[in-house]
Amino acid sequence: MNSYWTTGISLLIDGLSFGMILFLISSGLTITLGVMRLLNIAHCGFAMIGGYTALSLVNHFGLGLLAALPIAVAITAILGAILERTVYRWIYETSALGQILMTIGLTFIMIASINAGYGSLTHTLPTPEFLAGAWHFEEISISAYRSFLSIVSLTIAGLIWYVIEQTDFGARLRASVDNPRMARCVGINVRRVFAQTFVAGCALAAIAGVLGTQMLPLQPYYATNYMVMVLIVVAVGGFGSLKGSLIAALGYSIFDTYFRYLFPAAGAFGIYILLALILSIRPFGLYGRA
Amino acid sequence: MAVLKVTPSKDTPKRDIAASFGSHRLGLSDALVWALAIFAYFFLGAYHQLGTQVIIMIILALSLDLAIGYSGIESLGHAVFFGIGAYAAALFALNVLSEPLTGLVVGGLAAGAFGFVTGLLVLRVRGLTQVILTIAIGAVVLQVATTWKSVTGGDDGLAGYQVAPILGRYSFDLYGHTAYLYSLCVLAFVFALARILVNSPFGYVLRGIRDNDQRMRMLGVPVAARLLLIYSISAAIAGVAGAISAQVTGLVATDSLSFLLSGNVLIMLLIGGMGRLTGAFIGGIIFVIFSDRAAAIDPFNWLFMLGGLLILAVRFTPQGVGPWIDRMGGYLLDRRRKP
Repeated sequence: MNSYWTTGISLLIDGLSFGMILFLISSGLTITLGVMRLLNIAHCGFAMIGGYTALSLVNHFGLGLLAALPIAVAITAILGAILERTVYRWIYETSALGQILMTIGLTFIMIASINAGYGSLTHTLPTPEFLAGAWHFEEISISAYRSFLSIVSLTIAGLIWYVIEQTDFGARLRASVDNPRMARCVGINVRRVFAQTFVAGCALAAIAGVLGTQMLPLQPYYATNYMVMVLIVVAVGGFGSLKGSLIAALGYSIFDTYFRYLFPAAGAFGIYILLALILSIRPFGLYGRA
Repeated sequence: MAVLKVTPSKDTPKRDIAASFGSHRLGLSDALVWALAIFAYFFLGAYHQLGTQVIIMIILALSLDLAIGYSGIESLGHAVFFGIGAYAAALFALNVLSEPLTGLVVGGLAAGAFGFVTGLLVLRVRGLTQVILTIAIGAVVLQVATTWKSVTGGDDGLAGYQVAPILGRYSFDLYGHTAYLYSLCVLAFVFALARILVNSPFGYVLRGIRDNDQRMRMLGVPVAARLLLIYSISAAIAGVAGAISAQVTGLVATDSLSFLLSGNVLIMLLIGGMGRLTGAFIGGIIFVIFSDRAAAIDPFNWLFMLGGLLILAVRFTPQGVGPWIDRMGGYLLDRRRKP
């Protein structure tokens, strides 16, 4: 009985940390979808760019993971801001299908550039020494890095909640998501709110890209390989709903972790059945609106 | 079904009316494509395998055009039907019968049936939700194919099945000459079917739904049923494309279900132009040949160029290059008429 509990708890921590990484990536995407009705296929590409920038900082400048993190995130955010000003201006103006194709094009450019710069090998970033190994509580052993990851991302999720629910900027953002036209009428610069949110979304994706290399190792096809998973999280959560994304991301990863442990031969099959069920009952997601 | 009658007013030149019903007529671009296909059979024997790939992609792009271009169903998961058709044809050849034409029918029916079932879910929503649902369904099926190794062979792919000679006479040769003609014949059949379909009252109803579904509903059109029908037909055609691919290459890999293939077909359609059938031909030829050449030289730079081209193409020619070719054709014909 006791061993069931210990395994159960370590699996929960694994699932939780993976789910929070998924949430950090999907939070930017769901807001982009909610505010501008823009499906940004290139979103995972920003996580990838963050991860690779940190890789450069670690390898060439000898920085530790935690020192490289803020620099890599800042660089990705600046890149996101530049792209938002240039290429994305074109992307906003075309049809829904055109937007998807253009962002796929941007993703291809990211993949090719990363491959040209770093090669096609798989990389993971080194864990800081004080977070290596595992903590032991009687019989339960918990990976230190995973726990650290869970705590950091829960803090960030709390920060996001605070900004959105308690600040002026959050109020403007919520107004823009709920009714962009009305928001414009009361004097909110929706474009600017969106640009700021877009950059913040890129930064959040970059944090996930840097911290999550254990679960999502860096490789040039990062941008497309993990996109489907993130899209599923966003679709199940409902467009524009951060709460939905959080629940979907945690539900996805925890269910998936347990299912894979209990039925290893079936792989990711269980999560997809659950997903099909949820989407056939609620096509617009848990917290989505038509 | 109500018949649409257009009364020409006096100041509308006849040319304009003819232009708006241009889809009835076989244009210059049609003639060019078929001439090219036959030319390729006689003079480009070494490229028949590539030619077969082009034709398979054209059939797949045609099926996608029926869904997106004519009916406004935004699908980014058409590779699913292609892959299901391919696996169905391969499994049929492996376990039941190696006759190819029956295999085509089986592939088409399997994909069509899957299209019918998923259509019940996908067609309930529109726009971005629809796109994401089609992507998600693609991911599910890909996962099933990768996991269910005893049937699909998993990542190793499915191979080792024999395909009997077509009609008991023409066997598939190593150089792909038979495969080329075989797929060309299927393409001709599918193209004829698609033309009849889009020019029928049913085709006009579909375009009506695409442009304004609420209005069609008010006119008494059973919108959901019509969309489900065209989605199933489109899925079946994609399945036929997959079945040909399985038969002529003798291998089905999980790649045939991938998101990348769905994306590539959409790009082909974008290059050629949507809602015009010929777009599939132009896009398919340009995309497959360029990607084959460029990938042979340097796959990653090709990806970079493709990305850039994609952005510029959507930005500057949202209608694709199809209309340019028509305009060039029209220009040539006009010159000939005037002294």
